[in-house]
Amino acid sequence: MIANHSISDSRVSLPSLEQIVQVLTLEEYNTRVVVLGVMALGTAAGLVGTFLILRRRALTADALSHATLPGIAIAFMVMVALGGEGKNLLGLLIGAFVFGCIGVLAILGIRHTTRLKDDAAIGIVLSVLFGLGLCLLRIATELPNGNTAGLNGFIFGKAASMVANDALTMGVVALGVAIVIGILRKEWTLLCFDEKFGAVQGWPMLWLDVLLMAMVAIVTVIALQSVGLVLAVAMLIIPATSARYWTTKISSMLIAAAIIGCLSGWLGGITSALIPRMPTGPIIVLICGFWFIFSFIVGPVDGLIIRQITRLRLNRRISMQHILRAMWEVSEDTETSQFSIEEIVYVRSWSKRTVSKLLRRCEKLHFATRVSAKNWRLTQKGSAEASRVVRNHRLWEVYLITHADIAPTHVDRDADMIEHVLGRDLVAKLELLLETPALPKSPHPVGEQQ
Amino acid sequence: MSWSIIDTWIIIIGALCAAGCAIPGTILVLRRMSMMGDAISHTVLPGIAIAFLVTGSRDPTAMLIGSVAVGLLTAFLIQGIQSLGKVEAGASMGIVFTVLFAFGLVLMRQAVDHVDIDPDCVLYGSIELAWFDQEPDGLGIPRGAIVNSVMLLANLFVVLLFYKEFKITSFDPALAKSQGIQPSFMHYLLMTMTATTAVAAFETVGSILVVAMFIVPPATAYLLTNRFGMMFVFSIALSIVAAALGHLSAITIPTWFGFSGTSTAGAMAVATGVLFIVVLLVSPNQGMISRLWRRLSVRILVIREDILGLLWRLEERGQGKMLPIQLSEAIGTTELSVRMALLSLKKRGSVSKTASSWSLTERGRTNATKLVRSHRLWEVYLDKHFPQDTHQLHHAASRLEHVTTDAMESNLGHAEVDPHGSPVPDEE
Repeated sequence: MIANHSISDSRVSLPSLEQIVQVLTLEEYNTRVVVLGVMALGTAAGLVGTFLILRRRALTADALSHATLPGIAIAFMVMVALGGEGKNLLGLLIGAFVFGCIGVLAILGIRHTTRLKDDAAIGIVLSVLFGLGLCLLRIATELPNGNTAGLNGFIFGKAASMVANDALTMGVVALGVAIVIGILRKEWTLLCFDEKFGAVQGWPMLWLDVLLMAMVAIVTVIALQSVGLVLAVAMLIIPATSARYWTTKISSMLIAAAIIGCLSGWLGGITSALIPRMPTGPIIVLICGFWFIFSFIVGPVDGLIIRQITRLRLNRRISMQHILRAMWEVSEDTETSQFSIEEIVYVRSWSKRTVSKLLRRCEKLHFATRVSAKNWRLTQKGSAEASRVVRNHRLWEVYLITHADIAPTHVDRDADMIEHVLGRDLVAKLELLLETPALPKSPHPVGEQQ
Repeated sequence: MSWSIIDTWIIIIGALCAAGCAIPGTILVLRRMSMMGDAISHTVLPGIAIAFLVTGSRDPTAMLIGSVAVGLLTAFLIQGIQSLGKVEAGASMGIVFTVLFAFGLVLMRQAVDHVDIDPDCVLYGSIELAWFDQEPDGLGIPRGAIVNSVMLLANLFVVLLFYKEFKITSFDPALAKSQGIQPSFMHYLLMTMTATTAVAAFETVGSILVVAMFIVPPATAYLLTNRFGMMFVFSIALSIVAAALGHLSAITIPTWFGFSGTSTAGAMAVATGVLFIVVLLVSPNQGMISRLWRRLSVRILVIREDILGLLWRLEERGQGKMLPIQLSEAIGTTELSVRMALLSLKKRGSVSKTASSWSLTERGRTNATKLVRSHRLWEVYLDKHFPQDTHQLHHAASRLEHVTTDAMESNLGHAEVDPHGSPVPDEE
């Protein structure tokens, strides 16, 4: 019977224009609370997450968020036992915070007292404390005065249950985080990049670390209500990791991460308000994921596209220098200024097609011109560039022969790779060291490498 | 506590499931990839959701295929982002599994009207209800037991088949490559095993508690043994004990406080943690107690030898008796540790007590002579080869005398007097 009304039910119905305007202007109270709250959360998480990522603690934060569950259950039980209602948000969050910190301490403890590594320590703390949390939650449902409905909301997040006060708390926390980072930016940067240097300089590195993890715990705890403890870590690590593809400077990375976090919160908030049956937390995480993929591909620092372009450019420059040298050496060998494609093919192990393609590029750059149907010759500009490359190549060959005791027949290939990266300073040093003429002769026959 | 056949089967299913998880878990822990188990077990959820949306049914085979495919995709993406995007392994895992898990949650929510598997069930599993799911009928064996035994046997088979390969790739990937074993093939084989196991086990204990089964028993076993094969044996044994202990405490401990019981799957995870803590304390090699004991016994050994040396030097000056408090002041340690050292010396017959003062016996004198001899020879040696302040000579020699073997001493040479002018005693 399940199969009868299958996938067609789950089709997403698109909202009307009126609805869109209503949501975008945050007219409705509930939408306003949720959207503003998650935007504040995204900002705070992006800021703290930047340092978390730089400190390579991504999964520690995951364990921290899972470890909050027993804290929530215990806080609930304690509040019920004291005669309270049990679902005081502040009380629950304090419990969560305390257990989050216990979780981090337990990880450090396991790492220091056993030979187990970080990964196992994190896994142990995460799963055992989460299991404890589940046990305690089950017990809490049996408390006589306790109404545990809604406690489960902390696991997957339940943004709909947010009220104005909660959004305000998130805003205050975001502001607080921003202020603390404003004060401690330099110190935390030092902590992430050169902890030992910081310690030598007399900074209290341990306390800076503790404070950073406390910030992570606070942000995780305020994320519980909207995003849930399973996914809270995503808010911390995804915006920050995405930001890294846009800049290498800490201050701009902080800003980028905050913007990505805030935008993800906003987009997630309005998406879940517009489209029915879209849980807010997972949608925000998915949007963070899209940001990551986008940054991963088009980001100007280490992005896929930029890296591909850089590589292609480098390859092109190398083959250009190779063909210039080939042309020069062929002309030198035959003692005429003209050469044919076949002669180039003979010198380098390239196909005829590659050679003619490269020659056409040389023509475009005015390095070479065609003199007849078969023959080419270097222009003055090409000749100058080619002799420079040849010179670098031969200087290195001579250096290898005289200073590294390598046989003349073996130096060509090494020099072939190094000629492209010899800088002006290095060439000057080689000239001084080798006392060579303006252009040494090739120590080995040209074109015998095949 | 009332026991029924249901409880027996819960323990059997839990033990089968935990033992099955412990096998890939052992390799994961050894390769420092424990959190891959966490990441992959989270992605069971989107796998199931996709399989459901595609086939429109709860066909177990489709779900298995869907989840294993998504699990492998997870492993692949983590690797790809890590190497292509220059992202740290942990962050790469965190990104991939949270995004996929969120995707799974959204899909489930979209299909909420006609799915009777909800996220809660994926989290907690349903081991308590496993007995009632008897398919195929008539065997009297719940389906969970069959699924988990098949999984356990399959894992055992794979590990035994590739035992050597797993061992080499786990400890020395470079050697493995030179032996013609493809590390990447072994990696993805392990990932397939992990994903299959996570799918088979999630119905029993839920997707997050699978992580406890994967990581905690093998990590505990790692504190007990240094041998690859024994790690599997210990992991499986520990996980079976944890399963039984978990269910027993789930139905007993809460009753002491007036509650009816608690989540068995959660309690099994806690039980693995309890076993970990116990082993962490008492393990013979890696345990905290034994390590503390070893440190303490070295300290007592040093104090014992210091007492012998001190009493010998007193005899040299014509005295020869001292109260424990005086000894502790002279050596510079607490009176308690001096008393402990004295008791241990007395047991060895090296010192004797007269009217609360302690003095050397004949046997103690022999040992003490040896110590003082090596101390003074060291001073001579150090003075000759590393000339320094005579005060520092004494400190250096006081450290070295405790670790000097006979062979070392015979190489120190001969001398009549040390740099302070005290005679070097002859060997007796």
